[in-house]
Amino acid sequence: MLYTRNLKLSNLARGARDTVPMLVGAAPFGMIFGTLVSASPMMPWHGQLMSLSVYAGSSQFIASGLIASHTGMLVIWLTTFIVNLRHMLYAATLLPHVAHLSARWRWLLGFLLTDETFAVVAGHHQQPLNASERRYAHWYFLGSGLAMYSNWQLWTLVGLLFGTLFPGLQNMGLDYAMVATFIAIIVPQLNRLPYFAAAVAAGTFAYLLQDLPYKLGLLSAVFVGVMVGVALSRSSVTSRESI
Amino acid sequence: MNFTVLILGMAIITVLIKAIFFILGDRLVFPAWLHLALSFVPVTVLTAIITPMILSPHGKNLELHLRNPQLLASLIAVLVCLISRRQLLTIAVGLMSFFFFQWQFAG
Repeated sequence: MLYTRNLKLSNLARGARDTVPMLVGAAPFGMIFGTLVSASPMMPWHGQLMSLSVYAGSSQFIASGLIASHTGMLVIWLTTFIVNLRHMLYAATLLPHVAHLSARWRWLLGFLLTDETFAVVAGHHQQPLNASERRYAHWYFLGSGLAMYSNWQLWTLVGLLFGTLFPGLQNMGLDYAMVATFIAIIVPQLNRLPYFAAAVAAGTFAYLLQDLPYKLGLLSAVFVGVMVGVALSRSSVTSRESI
Repeated sequence: MNFTVLILGMAIITVLIKAIFFILGDRLVFPAWLHLALSFVPVTVLTAIITPMILSPHGKNLELHLRNPQLLASLIAVLVCLISRRQLLTIAVGLMSFFFFQWQFAG
């Protein structure tokens, strides 16, 4: 019993530990969000409620902007839907690792899914895991999710309380922590041509389409990248069969 | 506008998007081509998120030159990752070079 508990806790801790660079990267965004709320028609506690219940950074940013420009509720809901659509892709990708869990676990892990936690958990599953690491991988997921969640609450609160005291926060470049972490996750996967080409295509289109609103540029770039990857895998299969 | 209703609506929409596949989970059987397509999601999403942050860190304009700390630090991080194959080292060296270049170019 004690042994099992230790395994759960050690996977939980490892998930949290592997998420640390993401915590640094998300901190300024949480503070900026808090500051935005203070400058909007919302009450400060609405900002915390949004971080606690919605827990999706980009859509929280966009919503507070839309609220400040007096957009209607239905439009904000529709925008939330579109901006968060990418999470469906994340969930579909991670599904094989959670499908065996209880409904309670799956709701919880679904709620905790973010860009950062997806990156960390997907990276974890790309490594060679032993039997117990595979068995307790949902604790790793939970550790990553809880670390991001509490971090997001903390920095939202700091932003709500003290945001106006740090006006230069956007320009400090703390978000580079996310870039460095993503590089460390991406590069080891580029050793096969379809994955390399998919990444190049997705990066190119993400750059070209970055001005599209509501993360539509990101979604289109991922779509193009996936198509390129699938096409190249198919053609390599066909050419192997023809030999 | 009732902000509490607005926020709770956003919360419900978001959690449904995030969790629906997890919940349908065992009842959902993906065909092989979809499995193949999904295997490209991590590498494409992560690259799509960071490429604009590296190439045009200040928004619109392409900053493809050696006074762009994001670009320089990312090239170094890629090299470190290729050579060492160590995640933590890559992140640490990448971050340190970024802050170093940012400080260097600040003047």
